[in-house]
Parts: sequence; C-alpha cells; structure tokens
Amino acid sequence: MRFNGHGTQIVFSQCTRASRTDDRNPTATLCWLRRAEVALGAMIRFIGRRVAFMLATMLVASVLLFVLFELSSADVAVSALGPYSTAEQRLLWQTQNGYDLPALARYFEWLARFVTGDWRVSRSFNAPVASVVLSHLVNTGILAFWVFVFLVPLSLLLGVLAGMREGSALDRVISTASILLASVPPFASTVLVSAIFVFGLGWLPGTSSMIDGFSWRELVMPVIVLVAYDLGYVARITRASMAEVMTTPYVRTAILKGLPRSRVIWRHALRNALITPVTVLLLHVNWLITGVIVVEFFFAYKGFGSLILQAAMSQDLFLLEACTIVTVAIAVASQTIADLAYMYLNPKIRFR
Amino acid sequence: MTSGSVIKGKLGQVNAKASALRIVLVQVARLRESRVAMIGAGLVLFWIIVALLAPLIAPFPPNATIQPLAKPGTLASNGHIFWLGTDHLGRDVLSRIIWGARTVLVYAPIATGSAFALGIPMGLFAGYKSGWIDEILSRTSDLVLAFPTLVLYIVLIVKFGASGLNIVLAVTIASSPAIMRITRGLVIDLRTRGYIYAAQLRGESAWYVMLVEILPNARGPLIVDACLRLGYVTMTIGTLGFLGLGLPPPDADWGGMINEARQFAIVFPHIVVFPCLAVSSLVLGFNLLADGVREISLRE
Amino acid sequence: MREEKLMELDGVSVSYFGRAGEAAAVTHVSLDIAQGEALGLVGESGCGKTTLAAAIMGHFSGTGRITRGRIVFQGRDMAGLGSAELRKIRSGGIGMVYQDAMSALNPSLTIGEQLAEVVVFQRNTSWKLARREALSILQDVQLPDPARIAAAYPHQLSGGQQQRVVIAMALIARPALLLLDEPTTALDVTIEAGIVELIASLRARHRMALLYISHNLGLIAQVCDRVAVMYAGEIIEQGPIDAVFAQPRHPYTRGLIGCIPLPHVDPAKRPLMPIQGQAIQAQDRPAGCAFGQRCAHFDHSLCGIGFIALEPADKAELHVVRCCRWRTVGDDENAAAGTERGKIRRVVDDAILSVRKLDKNYAVDGRGLWGMLLGKPVPVIRANQELSFDAFKGQTLAIVGESGCGKTTLAKVLTGLEVATAGEVRYENANIGRIPAQARTPELLRSLQMVFQNPDETLNPSFSVGTQIARAVGKLGGGTRERIALRTRELLEMTHLTPAIAARRAHQLSGGQRQRVAIARAFAGDPRIVVADEPVSALDVSVRAAITRLLMDIQQRHGTTLVLISHDLGLVRYIADRVVVMYLGRVMEQGTVEELFLAPYHPYTEALLSAVPLPDPRQRKRRIVLTGELPNPLHFAVGCPFHSRCPRKVGLVCENDQPPRQQAPGGHEISCHIPVADLLRAQGSSVWSQTPTGQN
Repeated sequence: MRFNGHGTQIVFSQCTRASRTDDRNPTATLCWLRRAEVALGAMIRFIGRRVAFMLATMLVASVLLFVLFELSSADVAVSALGPYSTAEQRLLWQTQNGYDLPALARYFEWLARFVTGDWRVSRSFNAPVASVVLSHLVNTGILAFWVFVFLVPLSLLLGVLAGMREGSALDRVISTASILLASVPPFASTVLVSAIFVFGLGWLPGTSSMIDGFSWRELVMPVIVLVAYDLGYVARITRASMAEVMTTPYVRTAILKGLPRSRVIWRHALRNALITPVTVLLLHVNWLITGVIVVEFFFAYKGFGSLILQAAMSQDLFLLEACTIVTVAIAVASQTIADLAYMYLNPKIRFR
Repeated sequence: MTSGSVIKGKLGQVNAKASALRIVLVQVARLRESRVAMIGAGLVLFWIIVALLAPLIAPFPPNATIQPLAKPGTLASNGHIFWLGTDHLGRDVLSRIIWGARTVLVYAPIATGSAFALGIPMGLFAGYKSGWIDEILSRTSDLVLAFPTLVLYIVLIVKFGASGLNIVLAVTIASSPAIMRITRGLVIDLRTRGYIYAAQLRGESAWYVMLVEILPNARGPLIVDACLRLGYVTMTIGTLGFLGLGLPPPDADWGGMINEARQFAIVFPHIVVFPCLAVSSLVLGFNLLADGVREISLRE
Repeated sequence: MREEKLMELDGVSVSYFGRAGEAAAVTHVSLDIAQGEALGLVGESGCGKTTLAAAIMGHFSGTGRITRGRIVFQGRDMAGLGSAELRKIRSGGIGMVYQDAMSALNPSLTIGEQLAEVVVFQRNTSWKLARREALSILQDVQLPDPARIAAAYPHQLSGGQQQRVVIAMALIARPALLLLDEPTTALDVTIEAGIVELIASLRARHRMALLYISHNLGLIAQVCDRVAVMYAGEIIEQGPIDAVFAQPRHPYTRGLIGCIPLPHVDPAKRPLMPIQGQAIQAQDRPAGCAFGQRCAHFDHSLCGIGFIALEPADKAELHVVRCCRWRTVGDDENAAAGTERGKIRRVVDDAILSVRKLDKNYAVDGRGLWGMLLGKPVPVIRANQELSFDAFKGQTLAIVGESGCGKTTLAKVLTGLEVATAGEVRYENANIGRIPAQARTPELLRSLQMVFQNPDETLNPSFSVGTQIARAVGKLGGGTRERIALRTRELLEMTHLTPAIAARRAHQLSGGQRQRVAIARAFAGDPRIVVADEPVSALDVSVRAAITRLLMDIQQRHGTTLVLISHDLGLVRYIADRVVVMYLGRVMEQGTVEELFLAPYHPYTEALLSAVPLPDPRQRKRRIVLTGELPNPLHFAVGCPFHSRCPRKVGLVCENDQPPRQQAPGGHEISCHIPVADLLRAQGSSVWSQTPTGQN
C-alpha cells in the first residue's frame, strides 16, 4: 500500500521557490493545480491497483471453485439432479448443458456465464440462485447494520475509557470483561444466551426464522451474541491503541503546553488513537460474514451465512459457487475501503 | 582419535543439548514475571494435564451410552457418579469433556504448528530477499487472506470430507499467510541492524542470517501470536464441530457436544453449559497467556 | 540586596519508584536562575539532567517523584500548586523545547493549529487571532514562507524546520523561562549553528531566562552566562562561564573539557585525555565522592567517606565546586599530558584503495499518473556522484559530511553491502565496487571490514558477545576450536575488555563496551582496511575519547588503513591523516589534515568549521551561518550542489556549471568556481582567530 509520495514533495518545493520569487503568483494557482493533479493521479493509481487486485482475487477464486466443484462433470450432474438420479439421466443432462466439452472450454464458458449474471437455479430452493442470494444478503445486511450500530460506539467508548487511564480500576474492569467476552466463542454464547433468555426467562422467541414477517424480538439475540464477541476484541485493540498514544511524546507536549485535559484527549490523543480501531472495524465486515454463519445457523435466521452453510451441506453447487464469489467480493471490497480509510486518516500517508 | 577426545566429544554434545534445554526452561520460568501469564499458563496447563491423563481420570468411557439425561450428581449403577450428568444419549458429560480436551489439544497445536512451519520460512524469505519473491509471496498471501476463513474451511471440508488431517490442512492454509505477514514485517524491521550487516560482511549464507541472526530476535511477537492463534484454532475446531463439520462422531468434540444437545438445553442445561465453560476456559487461557507474554516482552 | 530569582531549586532530590524499589536519580540539587539569565546544565547520560527538567515541569514519565526539597518559580512553591495553576505556569511561565522535534509534534494536526491552540487556551482569544499570531511567531523563528509551514503537517518539514517550530510553540506563550532539553542533538552541525544563533537572538530580544540542558560543552559556552555540571545526580561544579571553562576545578570538569578533541588546535600540542571507567547512575553512588572511582586523585581517607559539600572556589563565591582536593589538583594534569603520545604522522605514498568517479544511484518511485503515461524516467537519488579519492596504506582517511551527503552509502559500497552504479573502487588491482559482499572471496571479506554506528544495534541481543566474536574469527580466519578461543581472548584484550565480558549479552554492557566488542569483531580476521561509520557519535563524551584512542592505537600497531566516517571535525583533526569533505553526494574538498584546517577552504568546509561549537568562550571565530535547507535529493543539481546555501556564491555560473577541481599547493583539491587565490585572500589564514596562547 504505497502512495505516490515524492511527486507531491517535489511539487511543494517547486511551488515555494516560485511563490518566493514571483509576487503576482499566477504560478501559485498553477502550482495548486499541479499539486492537485499529482495527488489525484496518485489516488487514481491506488484505486486502480486495488480494483485490479480485486479482479485478480476473484479470478483466482473462480479458478479454485471451478477446480473444486465443476471439474468433474459427473459430480455436477449429481448435484443438479440429486443423488437419486440414474446414470442415463445424468448423461443426458450433461450433454444438454454442455458438460461434455473439455475442461478448459467449460471453464471459460462457465466464467462468461457467471459474469453475465446467469447463476442458474438452486436445487435445494428450487428458485433462481440470484434471487435467493439477494434476499438472504439483505437479511444479513439488516443484522449487520444493527450489530454495527451497537458495536461501534460501545467498543470505542469502552476502549478509550480503559486506555485513557491505564492501570486504573475502570481499566482493569473493562479489560477483564473484554478478555472474557472475547474468549467465549460465538457457538458457545449463542447457546448460553439462548438458555438464559428463552428458556430461563422466557423473554424472547427461540428461533429467528421470521416466518410471520419481520419481528424485532427475533433480532435481539443474534445481535447480542455478535456484539458481545466483537466487543471484547475491538475494545482491547482500542484500549491498546489509546494507552500507547497517551504515552507518546506529542501528548506529553500537549500537556506541557498548558492545554486543558479535555483538549488533550479530544484533539490530540483520540485523533491518533482511533486510526487503528476504525480500520479494524471496517475490516470487520469480513469477519462478520464468518461469525454470522454460526449465529444464523443456530437461530435459524435466513441470512447469507446460513445460506452458505446450507449450500455446502446439501452440495448445491451453483448456489455454493455464487455464495463464495459474493463472499470474496465483499471481503475484498471491505479491505479496499479499510485501506482507503487508513490512508485518509493518517496524514503521513495522505499528505506526503 | 583417542578415547579421551571421543568422550569429550560426546560430553560436548550432551552439554549442548543440556544448555539448549536450559535456555528453554529459563524462558518458561520468565512467565512468572506476569500474573496474567501465570493465570493463562495455569488454565492451559490444567487442560493439558486433563488431556494427558484422560484414560486414568475419566470415570466412564466417553461413548458408552448408559443412562440418558441424568442430572449432575446422579449415582450410576456401577458405583461411580455422573458428576456433570449425562447427555441425551446417555453418555457421561464429564468423561466426554475430558476426552474432548484430548481432541482439541492434539489438533490445535498440530494445526498451529504446521501453520507456523509454513508461514515463518515464507515470511523470512519475503522479508529478507525482497524483490519479486517478496511481491509474489505477499500478493498470494493477500489473496488467501481475502477469503473469509470460515468459508474457506467450509468449502475445503465439504469437498474433501471432515477428518483430522483435513482440518489441520485447512487451518494451515488459512493461517500461514497471516503468520507470513507478521514475520515479514519483523524481518524488514530487523534487517537493517548492524549485526545483520556484520554477518553479511562475514560471508554468512542467507539462511544462516535468516535463521540464526534474525529469527531469535523476532521471537517475542511470534510467540504472542502463537498463543493467540492457538485460541483461535481452538475456537475454529469448536465451531466446525458445532456446525457438524468437525471430526466424525462419535468422537467427543466440544463443539459437537454443544450442537447435538441444543434442543435439550431447555430442561437439561448441564449438557451444554459445561462444554461451553470448558472451551471458553481454554481459549481464555490462551488469550491470557498471549497478553502476559506480550507484557513480559515489552518490559525487557 | 538579593535580587528576586526567577526560579530556585532548593535541595531537590528526585527518585523513581519501580518494581525494584526506589532508584535515586537526582540528589540534593540547588540551582537558581535570575530574570533574563541563561544557565547551562551539562552532564552525560544518566547524570539526571533530564529528570531534573521533568521535575521542574512537574511531569514525570513513569513513576518519578520529588522526594525532598522545593522548586520555587516566580516566588511560589510549585509543590503546592493545583492543576489549574500548574497549567497556567506551563503556558506562560515555563516553556519547554524538546530534543526530538519530530515526535514532540502531533503528526495528525497542522503546525498552525498546534501553535494557535496555545494562544486560544492561554488568553481566550478567537482562533482567527491566534492563527495570525502563529504566523507572526513563525516569522520570528526565521522560517521562510510561514503560511505554507502553518498549513503543513510535521512530517512534511525537515529536522531543522521542526525544531524551529518547537521553539515557536514554546515562545508563543511568552514564557519567562525557556527550558531547552538537548534541542540540537539530533541535528546536523550547520543546522545546529543556525538554531543556536536563533536562540541567542530571541533571548536578547525577549529578555527571556534560559535553562539550557546539553552534553555539548561547546554549545553551552556559546549560549550561556553560567554553567552547572552534573554527575551521578548531583551538581559538582557551578559558576560563570568564563571562570569554569578557563579554570575548571573539579577533576570531572577538567576531564570533560580535556577529552573533547578540538578542531582549532594542533593535536600534537593538546593530546586527548580520556576519563577512565564509565559514568554511573545516581542510584549506584558509593559513599563519599561519586566521581571517586574514576578520579586519578582519589584518596579514600579524604574523598571516600561522608558527604562532600559545595565549596566556593573564588572570593566572590560565584564559582563553587564539590571536591575535597580541588586546591591540590591541577599541576598533575600537565605532567600527565607530557607523557601522552599523540598521533604519529607518517608520510606514505602507497595508495591501497583508489576510488575513481564512483556513482551510486537509488531508484525511488513517484512518477505521478502523467509521468507514467508519458513514460518519464524513474526518479533516482544520486547518493554518490563522481567520487574520486585515495586511501593510503596505514593511514586514516576521514570522510566528513552531514546527513544526506552520501557517506554511509559510500561505506556500504566500499564494503560490498551495496554495488556501485558506475565508476571504480580499486583494491589490489580489482574493481571491488561491482562485487557485492555475498560474491566476495573470504580473503577479500577478511581484508575489508566495518564498524557500525549504533552501538545498541551492532550486536545480536540473543547471543553472548564471546560467541559473536568467535563466530567472526571462525568465519574469517578458521582454525580449531582452541585457536578460535585463543584469538577471541586476544581480541578482547586488544580492545581492553576483560575475558569475563565474553559470557555477557549486549544489553548487559555499556555503550562503550559494546563498541569495543564491535571493534574486536571487525578486527577478527586481521583486516587491512576497516571502514568505521561514525563509531563514536552515539557514545557519551567521556567515552568517545577512549574509543577514539583505542582505534588509533590498534591502527598504529597493526598498520591497518582506517576509513573513518564522521561529522565531528575535532575528532577528524585528531585522528585523521587525510580528509574528504562531501556535500550532497559530491566531493567538495580533499587534502591532508593540515591543509584542510587552514585556509584556503571550500566555502562549505568554511561553514562547517565555523559551525563547530568550541568549549572555549574566549576563542573567537568567523561566524558563518548557512541559511536555507538541504535541497531535495531528487532534484538533480546541474551546477555546484552547494549553490543554494553558499554564502560566497558568485553568480549564475554556480547554478549552471560543474565547479572545476582546483589544485592548491600539496595534494589539496577544492571544487569551486572561485579561484583558490581569491579564497585565500578572502578567508585569511583560518576560521579561528589567534588566541592569546597561540594555540593554532
């Protein structure tokens, strides 16, 4: 992740020389334009590199998928028609769908088909793969949205409070709670939370399949489980970052300049301490897909995670392929956004 | 060659082995410096001992179906007590937890170890040699890291079946890029030190410099990561078991235990609560150990 | 009537409280600073001066605490102040200037904001007014283009600019006292001279008091009115500058002054006198005199027991010293000097290493979108351009220059850690500039070794030092286990280390000891040429002299050729036979030591020599302060690389044409457009005027 640095630096010094010698400064405007152009060029170059990387990743993923699942025509036929089909039915299907061609040709045909959006039909759902994937993605999106709404402010706040006064009683309480929360795996906490709220207290429904339309109450437990686990992890990272920033020389300078403590924390410390946690949170979209599988499975929530699982378990090939590609796309996109955010927040990289 | 020198040679070898052991023990003894590390080490050690002594301390065979859904503390017909009760198939929960520890504590270290065995040399190479080797290794690891890990596991295991070996392979493939990244970063930081240049000016081979001069000085963060990763892998093994993708039954597997029993958790919470506590305590142990080791290495 | 002092420290003791208990850092220090007075605080690492600064500011990093005594500022005892009042003193009372400017500035905020906020929170003004004041203070510290600087982030400025900003940040609050903690240690000599001059002029203009903390006696002599010397946490001598420097009473002060090599003095007439042993921390103090174990005049019955108080050493009671025997000490020093052997200079013709038109370029990325599309060439940094010089057998060749001049790159090319882009390095009829270290034969590797700059990174922390030396011996010399062990012991003896050191690890040794081990390691294979890259810059002043002497002795005994890279001109005068002066990748001047330190000088050499602070307040020198910054190395200079800062710039010819290599009498070469005769006329005989003692 390298930003074009020296271009801007050269331009800076050129501009200085120009503006010093030239009173009227038409060169200053030109300088500004040139500076903007160089910076923009660097930005475009960076985004271009990332997009290329994204495409490369998806390509590799597609090759892997193809090799794993589509290479053997017989397996595909079984997957399409079910395990109880006869050999003749499968052979017929194969010739009908072009599976008697050599592997390489099939790969490109498959790739072309994929890219144009023809994702075939899912056997287990008996519906087009695209619509199934979309509807489940939306559900997970809702879940993820609510998780982030609670996770981001809570984890950042707790982490900052803990790191602000390292070693204090508050810090110890928050640290202990964080490490405990981060040590309970989601599959364990789903069961425990469920045991308490559904069976012990009877407050909440046992599953979240939303058969009767959308229901808030069914969303509560999945959100609690996901927030609890992530909270521990992100709070710890935030705490470490904040504690480190509080011991830096520039925070000491701010204190010794006679600034009030609120200004020191708000403007000097937080500005630098939050760079890492925010980047991590953006990367969490990636993790959420992973963590959400367990939660959706347990609560029978019709989300993207349980879809992947179902596709894998029932060997529904077309569905599985589509899900994997979408997963990779989301992962790479979130990585790119996180990288951009880090570059934006870190002035050393943004202004060179 | 006289017998005297032969004996001296052998003594030399014994001496070398003894001093290597001593170095390791000294390092382990330093754990005492951090209370957090001690607690973590205690938890982990507890489970290691439980796993080692499984045949001796488990009151019942883990797969023997004896008395379904017995509450904790019930007396069995053969005179032993079901300390933690039995599950829906009649198997003793305590024994299954004890034997389940064995499963986890065999596969987690092996998987983590093999991930490190692959990731460290890659990272050393990428960081020290730079150039196009670095580019290729870094881009490849970026690629693998872009895949969400659980999806990767699911895809691999669904295709190749669930077995111990496949789990180890899946973990290795998924974890070694991250380890490679960490090692590479450490190497890039260390390779401009004076003693590295001095080694190069002596004509030392690249592997000597990487393994003898650089790696021992990179051990701090790597050990911390190893502890954390053991925790993650423990959780992953549990998650896979929970999803039904773990080791095939009837092997005792904490995740699988929790999954099988979840519909009975209404009336018989003991079947799920104890395995939850077991896995959480082991992961907690690894996390605390990681924190403690980090504390110690920062202090020196 | 006693003047009301601005700040008084009365018997202050500070300790740190860690897991190992209490560790004393400062013991019973009493100081005072009057309004507008400049007090210098001198000491080496571990003497407690930084702790004292922290105590004055009331902010300890870690677990420090004032255990005894009081600090009174503007008549008020600082211990009794609440946090609001403390804040008021910090902005407006005492301003602090830090050592490492880059890390003292917040990397995420603009300079303008960091300056303006001081004003806003001190005087409750609006941000607009505060920003205007920030611009004016940036002008006060002589930064060009204040508007651009105010809008910039710290990492976009050079080291010198950052330090000026830090000074501006302290000044903008209009403090009564300015506390400077090693403000120029991280800067090049010519930049340092500019900063020091700025401080002096600001002080005169604002009539501020200064507390200037430094280990550099020369700087203190230049800036301060009075000086206090600290050792192991206590003040051991204090007094007016002239008195203390002309007649140092304490053996440590004498030692400090005596172990600094001076560029303006003929080393044959003033040999270096290292102080034996190493500096101790306050917590390791023995009973009696803290300096006793290193003092040649130590007498246990007098100096080894009980507390030694500060005694006046002159009638006016301005000059005080903490020593029992100061009256008797003094005459012995001169006697010892007579027996000390200076460097024996030989005239030698045999060039062992010849560098001809050496070029070394580094590629850098950064073409910009248009550049890439248009196929513009990849920008390079020309670290070395057309270097040509010789190193003669058994002699010391010094490469002098500031940061960015390419001297470290040169060292890497010579030893094979980098490969030359063009040109030759001839050694034994082969061009070794093109042979990287991994392709060199064992004989070649053995003959050309290197000593590195940073003693903290020069040894592997995971192994014992004995193992590392033995490995070097084995790899470079070979032999049986016994032979290697024997040679290891020899090398340790050669560098004056006890055999017991071999079992220790690097972190258990002091900086000086580590560097000795590094020297032992470099000499393991009995090399013919040793490249030493700033071998003593990172060491304490009192240790530098010892290591320098060691290098010199080893070289003279073994006939090794030494290529010494340094920015310390006093050291160069002491130890070198020939000197090459580099600036921005090119050779500006080269010649023997005698030729270089007397006129005619290249204008850069002249500025360099005048910038060296001398610990002798009576010595006058021509003041040449370079303006501007080191130009961007990516800018390929067509003409003379020094033209942008040269005080003797002739005109456009300096910008457009490569300066010719003019020969002065002897082998002296100067690359300048100004004819040598003109330079000689303009520069007189030397940068330093003759002192009464005629020490030139």
